[in-house]
Amino acid sequence: MTAEAIPKTAPILELRGVNKSFGVVHVLHDVDFSVYPGEVTALVGDNGAGKSTLVKAIAGIHPIDSGTYLFDGKPVSVHGPNDVAALGVEVVYQDLALCDNLDIVSNMFLGREVRQRGMLDEARMETLAREALASLSVRTVKSVRQAVSSLSGGQRQTVAIAKCVLWNSRVVLLDEPTAALGVAQTRQVIDLVRRLAEQGLGVVLISHNMVDVFEVADRICALYLGRVAAEVKASEVTHSQVVELITAGRSGDLGLAPAEAAKSM
Amino acid sequence: MTTFQTELADSAFSADARSDETFRDAARSYLQRVRGGDMGSLPAVLGLVVLFVVFGLANERFTSALNLANLVTQAGSICVLAMGLVFVLLLGDIDLSAGVAGGVSACAMALSITDHGWPWWAAILAGVACGALIGLAIGLLRAKLGIPSFVVTLAFFLGLQGVTLKLIGEGGSVRVDDPVIRGITVTNLPVTVGWACALLVVVGYAGLQLHRHRSKVAAGLHHAPFGVVAARIVGVAAVTLGVTYLLSLNRSVNANIEIRGIPYVLPMVGVLLIVLTVVLTRTSYGRHIYAVGGNAEAARRAGINVDRIRMSVFVMCSSLAALSGIVAASYGGKVSASSGAGNVLLYAVGAAVIGGTSLFGGKGRALDAVIGGVVVATIANGLGLLNQSSYINFLVTGGVLLLAASVDAISRRRRSVTGLS
Repeated sequence: MTAEAIPKTAPILELRGVNKSFGVVHVLHDVDFSVYPGEVTALVGDNGAGKSTLVKAIAGIHPIDSGTYLFDGKPVSVHGPNDVAALGVEVVYQDLALCDNLDIVSNMFLGREVRQRGMLDEARMETLAREALASLSVRTVKSVRQAVSSLSGGQRQTVAIAKCVLWNSRVVLLDEPTAALGVAQTRQVIDLVRRLAEQGLGVVLISHNMVDVFEVADRICALYLGRVAAEVKASEVTHSQVVELITAGRSGDLGLAPAEAAKSM
Repeated sequence: MTTFQTELADSAFSADARSDETFRDAARSYLQRVRGGDMGSLPAVLGLVVLFVVFGLANERFTSALNLANLVTQAGSICVLAMGLVFVLLLGDIDLSAGVAGGVSACAMALSITDHGWPWWAAILAGVACGALIGLAIGLLRAKLGIPSFVVTLAFFLGLQGVTLKLIGEGGSVRVDDPVIRGITVTNLPVTVGWACALLVVVGYAGLQLHRHRSKVAAGLHHAPFGVVAARIVGVAAVTLGVTYLLSLNRSVNANIEIRGIPYVLPMVGVLLIVLTVVLTRTSYGRHIYAVGGNAEAARRAGINVDRIRMSVFVMCSSLAALSGIVAASYGGKVSASSGAGNVLLYAVGAAVIGGTSLFGGKGRALDAVIGGVVVATIANGLGLLNQSSYINFLVTGGVLLLAASVDAISRRRRSVTGLS
């Protein structure tokens, strides 16, 4: 089962035939990757498969060597992170980019404060922040004026993700959002990821945790040594097939042809 | 099951719009914060009370109106310098050259009057511009070259003393005779004007606080209980009116002359305090300073130009240092080669840290600097009255600075344990 079998809704963000090398190391080989609105696409792969490079290419941090970057079906030229942010693509990094000494509202509006006659419009920011959190059914936060340092890991992740809703982002990339969390907190974040997709955003989830992936993802894109081994619907594959795709690049009739898989080695 | 229910009761922003939170609740949560290491300027205020009691008992002249007015003018330049340092300390940096930058700027101010005959306002502008230029140079070296601020400003600390020496000439000094500049510290506001200003401050503060409280309650936003707002207003009113009353008493030791009224330096510090507090808490610029101090990487990812913020705080600091140097020159009536050197900077850093500004960045207020400045000035003033040899003065001030830094470090550790900020 390959990409053709997947029913076509137009992807918001699409990469076609992307290559990226660092010096002599060819990291991404002709990668095709699509993000669909209202769906969670899980990006899986072993260490060194090129997940981070792909995310950084999407985020505009690494310029791509060749290939096309399409947004809403139109090719766009991406020169840096600001171009990508302007398109409405938001990346939530693993090491959360929050300031511990500021409260939740200040963090959510950091760098984009709402102002009125040159002064901060705290009332408006507080209302908007609360609305954004409420729209994601976030119920574990006691006060939006709490300092971020007093929040748990899951709550911090929640604030970082809610920021994307606040800014009407269209695509959100989450880099290992549950890596450092406990069971209950992972639950919260996974629920949040689902609600993000339900709001019509295109969500990319990078994760090592197969349980999380199968729980929340609509599609799974497996990278193997810099190539896309397969892009499949989560409902049509089993746990062990995905593990095989990650570790060997192929599983039965899925994945790279044996010759191609061997060539990448 | 019970834990589940308490969690529900505490969730969904329950603490934000809760209007039945009482004064007692607020007091309890404040105590909790203090125990968790978030003490703010509480140690400084308690220290000030202790110092007043000790010095008051040791020497009855300490609490005389004359000495309290002296204390105000002494504290003026320390407070201004400490407010400048708060900006740098908020980023976790340090400016060791702030004292001598003030000295050089005051020297530029004095020379432009004596040698070039400039009017007082042009001379003050020249002094502040001189400070801003020094700050810009430090900021560029710190932000663009990435030299640790400790080293950059240590180099400036040494270099700028040479500049002052060259400008003044070996061993000499420049007199500051201009009546306006001299008047900042030696003349007083008329008593009625002083009272009018004090009332204006109290009424303005109360009006602003009440208006803000009412609009927050109406919009269902996070707000402090009314009791806390009222207590703040009463506190500000008590301090403002109390100080005004003491400074309006006749403090002359000579029965033939009458000296009364608020020294001009006090409203000057007050205006700076208000302006800098607004800048730090109500503008994007201030918010960005706290963000860079809290987590520079997060600030960078949020699109804040970290280098520009870093340069700007050094410019702020050195400009305020220039003002502080001018106030000190006004108090001393001259600028000498040692102006701003010695323990001036140590006093100001001590003031900021004693007031509750963290040396680790991200935490501090302009008010902290003023409270700390009064504490430091009280120590210097009280020890001076006790006729102690100057070695005691150095020992005590150094000890107090060390104590404040220890309180800062310990409370920071407690905060990270209890998860408060």
